[in-house]
Amino acid sequence: MFAYYFELGLRSLRRNPVLTALMVMAIGFGVAASMTTYAVFRAVSGNPLPDKSGQLFVPQIDNWGPQSRKTGGDLPESLSYTDAMALMHAHKAVRQTAIYPVGFTLVPVDPSSQPFAVNGYAAYADFFAMFDVPFQYGSGWQGVDDDNRANVVVISNELNQKIFAGANSVGRGIQLDGRDYRIAGVVADWDPRPRFYDVNNGSGFGDAPDVFMPLTRAIDLQTETLGNNNCYGTTGQAPGWDGWLHSECAWISLWVELPDANAVARYQSYLEAYAADQQHAGRFHWVPNIRLSNLMQWLDREHVVPKETTVSLVLALGFLLVCLVNTIGLLLAKFMRRASEIGVRRALGASRRQIYTQFLTEAAVVGVAGGLLGLLLTAFGVLGISLVFEPEIARLARLNVSLVGFTLLVSVAATVVAAFYPTWRAARVQPAWQLKSN
Amino acid sequence: MQIKPILAALRHHKSGTALIALQIALTLAIVCNALFIIRQRMAHLSRPTGVDEASLLVIQNQWAGKPSTDEMSSLMAADLATLRQLPGVADAYATNAWPLGNGGISFGMGYTPEKQASVTSTAIYFADQHTLPTLGLKLIAGRNFQADEIRQAKDVSSMALSEIIVTRDLAEKMFPRGDALGKAVYLSAKPSTIVGIVERMQVPWVYSFADNWAERSTLVPDQLSTLRGDNYVVRVKPGQMDAVFDGVSKALFAANRLRVISPRDGVQRLSDVRTKAYKSDRGMAIMMGLICVVLLAITAAGIVGLTSFWVGQRRKQIGVRRALGATRRNILDYFLTENLLISTGGVIVGSVLAVGLNLGLIAYFELNRMPLAYVGVGVLVVLLLGQLATLAPALRASRVSPVEATRSV
Repeated sequence: MFAYYFELGLRSLRRNPVLTALMVMAIGFGVAASMTTYAVFRAVSGNPLPDKSGQLFVPQIDNWGPQSRKTGGDLPESLSYTDAMALMHAHKAVRQTAIYPVGFTLVPVDPSSQPFAVNGYAAYADFFAMFDVPFQYGSGWQGVDDDNRANVVVISNELNQKIFAGANSVGRGIQLDGRDYRIAGVVADWDPRPRFYDVNNGSGFGDAPDVFMPLTRAIDLQTETLGNNNCYGTTGQAPGWDGWLHSECAWISLWVELPDANAVARYQSYLEAYAADQQHAGRFHWVPNIRLSNLMQWLDREHVVPKETTVSLVLALGFLLVCLVNTIGLLLAKFMRRASEIGVRRALGASRRQIYTQFLTEAAVVGVAGGLLGLLLTAFGVLGISLVFEPEIARLARLNVSLVGFTLLVSVAATVVAAFYPTWRAARVQPAWQLKSN
Repeated sequence: MQIKPILAALRHHKSGTALIALQIALTLAIVCNALFIIRQRMAHLSRPTGVDEASLLVIQNQWAGKPSTDEMSSLMAADLATLRQLPGVADAYATNAWPLGNGGISFGMGYTPEKQASVTSTAIYFADQHTLPTLGLKLIAGRNFQADEIRQAKDVSSMALSEIIVTRDLAEKMFPRGDALGKAVYLSAKPSTIVGIVERMQVPWVYSFADNWAERSTLVPDQLSTLRGDNYVVRVKPGQMDAVFDGVSKALFAANRLRVISPRDGVQRLSDVRTKAYKSDRGMAIMMGLICVVLLAITAAGIVGLTSFWVGQRRKQIGVRRALGATRRNILDYFLTENLLISTGGVIVGSVLAVGLNLGLIAYFELNRMPLAYVGVGVLVVLLLGQLATLAPALRASRVSPVEATRSV
């Protein structure tokens, strides 16, 4: 029976080619606009660490006071060195790591090739276990290396390819800024999007890091941050490296792993107690103000999903809505024009349910055709994304199997939903009245 | 033209009427907001930087190894000598940041050393006596820096900042009476004297956090190399841009190999920096424009479709009216008026929706408030579109022959 309705639908669509083309185009454009913007939105708004995102937290401490927010703004998004070290040494979480971005240069042995930049992060040994970093060779460094301020590094697979042609380089040496480091491990391709552990120093979608080294060692070597350094009310800051370390400038991120709600509550009260201590000690002249955000809350707070992405998704969905209203109108016109045909069919014994099936099948055929057109347009749209969005974000949006399936599903579902009202009207056609007027 | 019979007829097509009105309302809401976003983005991306973009190159240089501050100072001086000797180069200077570069240092500026009492934020550009001629900045008061004022600082907190050149916008913000020249302001614990005022120079950041102080820049006669690199801004002689762009990094490497200049974006034309900085603004405008065009086309197509259907349904009635003496013009007017009535209903609802959508976008995406003029323009566009879309089916209706009235009754 379905095959018969399908054929009837095709025949009916062929009868008014212009009307059919209008409907198919409306559905196609609406679906394509929505799917293209959705592809971008999906690429930037995903959960980069779904298994653990609920256990990873970022603490924030107000070390500037409420006056710093007089003209807007929020708590400092990073910690001062003082606070970051105090929280690291307190060791109140299962795992914790302070992080800041660093950069070095590497001069190749071969004098004909040019020196290049090696950028990455200074962190603690817990970094690798906390963030489930996969290793090609070796592993992260050990906690004792943090304490000993050891000259060890973990390098990326890409850097390992570049210098050691992809061989197992664990235990070998690498020279950064003219200083020797021992390689503890080579990270397998690992580039979570967004780079959740460092979204406050850029978009979170930039180039993957080449190197990781113990933060304690980086501080010893007076390695400046490559990221933001936000200072407030630091007119009295002592000059030089030590002056900066002991200033209220905020530039270090801290991540803690808290496995359950109890641990979270305990850490929260520890942070409050810490800030209260600082108030009593005379460092903070305001009531303690702290915040603990989990990974997804943090990404949200840092506006990792660019405003452009969401605004365009909202407007594209509005566009799809207009296309659907348009389709409802056109289907209504099309179905009601066949009132007499419906009358005959009903008089010959067709039930309302059969009328429903027939007309919804016809709508589904329009939906499939619209979906195919939409797919074609989405493919063009995805190619054109780089014209609209930043290249780092544009290259994340791809037309894959799930997007293809979703596009077809959305267009068929949307068309069938749009067809409900016209079909209901068609099924209500009074056979007697139609037969009489003919 | 009598409106009553039209309204009576529309009552028989409630759902079709409501659908067209709804579609027009939604179209209006989206088109107004899209037009507003386009206008905003265009205004944002066409802001002038105040520098001579067409003849400027920016070089981002990082020293290999980790030379000391003193070593970097002499390396930088050598580089500047190399650059200025290149054929095709008019002038060059070393700095930390440049307009549209989206990276740099900002300080608060106030009348007292008390930091919490700062009056405004300002971008800090490291400069020397070559900066003004290189960038092509127009000095409107005071003087340029002198060679003996340029100092090498060890880090940000030890910059001298004793003489500064500010932009007109900053000078007017600090001293609204127009007597900024020679006055002292505070960027640090020590006073800084305003020795010159330039007409205009944009801050490095194009995104929203600097929107309120986009033209409040300060040039300081300090050189600072602690960020392990020196950036050079190079002014190229007319017609030499491509030659200098292609050869400059080779010349620097020939002078000293121990450096990193990224092959990807180590050397950039300032015009390319502009394109990159405003890419998302331009992209957003293009996308909104596309959505507007396609949306209007689809709405017009929908009106054509439904009106054609109604004309087809009423051929007999049209024939009767024609037989009873209605002119073609009467029939045409009937359908145009009918569309105008429906569209008017649509734009009334649509205006409310447009303002509502704008309020939503303000609340969630920090967009600005849309002036009502956009709704006005949108209403006109949509009404005109409706009339044009109705024209073809209405003309067809007006050609229905009175004979139709006599057929197959």
